[in-house]
Amino acid sequence: MLSLENLVVKYGNVEALHGIDMEVAEGEIVSVLGANGAGKSTTLMGISGLVKPASGSIVFEGTPIHTLPAHKIVEMGIAQVPEGRRVFGTLTVSENLRLGAFTSRDRNRDARTRDWIFSLFPILKERRRQLAGTLSGGEQQMLAIGRALMAHPRLLLLDEPSLGLAPLIIKAIFETIREINSSGVTVVLVEQNARAALRLAHRGYVLEVGKVVLADTAESLLANPEIHSAYLGHGA
Amino acid sequence: MDFFLQQLFNGLAVGGIYALVALGYTMVYGVMKLMNFAHGELFTMGAFLGLTLLGVFSFTEVLGPFGGIFVLILMVMGMVAIMGVLLERVAYRPLRNSPRLSAIVSALGASIFLQNAIMLMYGARFQVYPHGLLPNTPVSLFGVDIPLLRILLFLVSVFMMAGLYFFVQRTRIGTAIRAAAIDQDAARLMGINVDRVIQIVFIIGPALGAAAGVMVGIYYGQINFTMGWIFGLKAFTAAIIGGIGNIPGAMLGGLLLGVLETMGAAYISTAWKDAIAFGVLILILLVRPRGILGERVADKL
Ligand SMILES: Nc1ncnc2c1ncn2[C@@H]1O[C@H](COP(=O)(O)OP(=O)(O)OP(=O)(O)O)[C@@H](O)[C@H]1O
Ligand SMILES: [Mg+2]
Repeated sequence: MLSLENLVVKYGNVEALHGIDMEVAEGEIVSVLGANGAGKSTTLMGISGLVKPASGSIVFEGTPIHTLPAHKIVEMGIAQVPEGRRVFGTLTVSENLRLGAFTSRDRNRDARTRDWIFSLFPILKERRRQLAGTLSGGEQQMLAIGRALMAHPRLLLLDEPSLGLAPLIIKAIFETIREINSSGVTVVLVEQNARAALRLAHRGYVLEVGKVVLADTAESLLANPEIHSAYLGHGA
Repeated sequence: MDFFLQQLFNGLAVGGIYALVALGYTMVYGVMKLMNFAHGELFTMGAFLGLTLLGVFSFTEVLGPFGGIFVLILMVMGMVAIMGVLLERVAYRPLRNSPRLSAIVSALGASIFLQNAIMLMYGARFQVYPHGLLPNTPVSLFGVDIPLLRILLFLVSVFMMAGLYFFVQRTRIGTAIRAAAIDQDAARLMGINVDRVIQIVFIIGPALGAAAGVMVGIYYGQINFTMGWIFGLKAFTAAIIGGIGNIPGAMLGGLLLGVLETMGAAYISTAWKDAIAFGVLILILLVRPRGILGERVADKL
């Protein structure tokens, strides 16, 4: 469905990605792991077209998308839940959701999607008239996910959805990601919370300073001793 | 009391004009975090284009006073909107990814360029708008005689502001403008074409400014190539008083500044008019550094 080939991204003169190769098949949950600064967000921003690759290619369902502007990429069916949620704080929950459906022309389908999102996250329905900036961190994360789903994506990119949230909320959000995936949406999940991500994912990639250093099934990665010491910590 | 009400209406008429110009500054700032210093010149351009069109075609004689001025203002708004789009294309878009200072210098350069262009085209002397374009019979309001023109100008600006407010709050594109003002990249992730949003802002702002320019011509009767500097500075002040980037703030700031300034001139001294405007600015910024409506909801983590 999505393939990155030798993707190189630079910020000014600094090369952040040194040639990334990645494949995502339809229906999968693919997890991207790595330490701070490894290039996980840069990879997602590259897919979404917010940073343009210096070289390499990104092909989505047979179409090269690395030359397209970001808004066209959303139209093609790729939505992103960015790191730090980035909900529109001074707009209401409803307005945030409506913006998620900005590229959609089908109001009936939007209404159905909104109802589905409200069933995934009932709290959003309760708070729909509230300003997004007044929500708790977990609620903002739910809103950011709901907002991305409003675009009817076939591929959903999630950048550290567990960041700064309480364990119980993280659990609920990961459960919802599984549910979203079961409904037919392919998922790329960037996480520092490697254990939880790998339990959810089918496959995983490990990035280190702008390079893919490991790519395997989630099971093998979970069992890999290197991963254990580097990302899964000890004990728990 | 009569005097007070008369001054109040005078202040509201002037304040409405400040507000219309202030909206152009604040909308561009909101989306681009850039002060479009050339906005004052687009306002001047509106006043002069209005005068030129009046010389070419007798709008009010053929279409009646209200219909004529309506069509005139619409035409001028359209022409200046095109200039606004060109200005963005030429002076700002090439610098989108450059340091902020480059954009500020470009804005100042565009302002000076346009001011000089207007002077070369129309001359440096004051130009006179035709008299009696709109009826100015006194109208009795709250038992006081108010010149109709003031009421009309105030109504026109209120009408435009209400239209803009509806557009920005209720429509899909309006919501996209607000989103782009909050976080451009997040807006892009929603599928919003931010270049298009910027273009729309450079249509609306200059169009409103141009309408204000024609209104000044009709109200004061004379215009000059430097008028954009004075009105621009006042409108800029109004935008900051209301909270830069905030659309209702610009409306409120404009009206407030117009009324305070007029009251100050009436009750204290005309000589103090401008000092009062900037005194108000400093006072408000001391109490509320982000302007009256400029406070943002803190994003909780
Ligand atoms: N806008 C930017 N300008 C310059 N350098 C950047 C920018 N964004 C990221 N970088 C650099 O690119 C590299 C990769 O950053 P990136 O944000 O992709 O990492 P990450 O894996 O998402 O890290 P984190 O876990 O902290 O989110 C880092 O060295 C970072 O400093
Ligand atoms: Mg990141």
